[in-house]
Amino acid sequence: MTDQLPLVPFLLLAGAAVGGALGMVLARNVVHAAFWLLEVMLAVAGLFLLMSAEFLALVQVMVYAGAVSVLMLFTIMLTLRRRDDAKRPRDLSMAALVLALLFGLAVFFAVSGFDPSPGVMPAAAPGIEAFGRLLFTKWALPFEIASVLLLIALVGAVWWGGGDEER
Amino acid sequence: MTVGLSAFLLLGAVLFCIGLFGALSKKSAVMVLMSLELMTNAVNINLVAFSRFLAPTQMTGQFFAAFVMVVAAAEIGLGLALVLALYRRAQTIELDRIDRLKG
Repeated sequence: MTDQLPLVPFLLLAGAAVGGALGMVLARNVVHAAFWLLEVMLAVAGLFLLMSAEFLALVQVMVYAGAVSVLMLFTIMLTLRRRDDAKRPRDLSMAALVLALLFGLAVFFAVSGFDPSPGVMPAAAPGIEAFGRLLFTKWALPFEIASVLLLIALVGAVWWGGGDEER
Repeated sequence: MTVGLSAFLLLGAVLFCIGLFGALSKKSAVMVLMSLELMTNAVNINLVAFSRFLAPTQMTGQFFAAFVMVVAAAEIGLGLALVLALYRRAQTIELDRIDRLKG
């Protein structure tokens, strides 16, 4: 990875991400929205690769593009009685649009005057090996807490999502 | 032409706003959860960009992003399980029609 980040791949991936997000919000069909979300996830994985975060790109593809999208599609499938139920009105509320635009404006003003970086990307970027070493030394405690959290989520999801005939 | 930190921050802001709009305006519980995932992804882009541009050797932002992913995965698993439980009880996931607590 050079110390200069080229513009063209960034623009392609950013366009794919924003376009996919718009497609998700504007989609009439819930299943189509789930696939648009999958496209956004893959574009974000590409952006992670662009920022030389290889491990995160891998996790993004496996967890989000793999597991979360399938979970979404399963839930959509299980909560729809007929095929036509997937088609919905577009649900565009004016108040939400105004609120999101105001929030975006605030964030834009906060971001535009704020760039503490030297402008170019630093050349040195350690790879997966350094990431793993740091994860099991400096970040070992948060790592363990995260595993406990995932266990709790697993038990909770089984409890809520499982059949309720035995309770 | 090169890309700086602010380009990534702007991209994250745009994605977050789209996700916020979706989470506020959608009437289907699954769509709301999808929008939440979009917002989480926008936050992760910001974290990784800060990590890459400001502290590339410590990778603090990357670890934060990894833990955000853990929490988001737990959240989506629990959220979808809740949606399924809600569907079994109320036979709908339209948020407008789930108003049992309305006075």
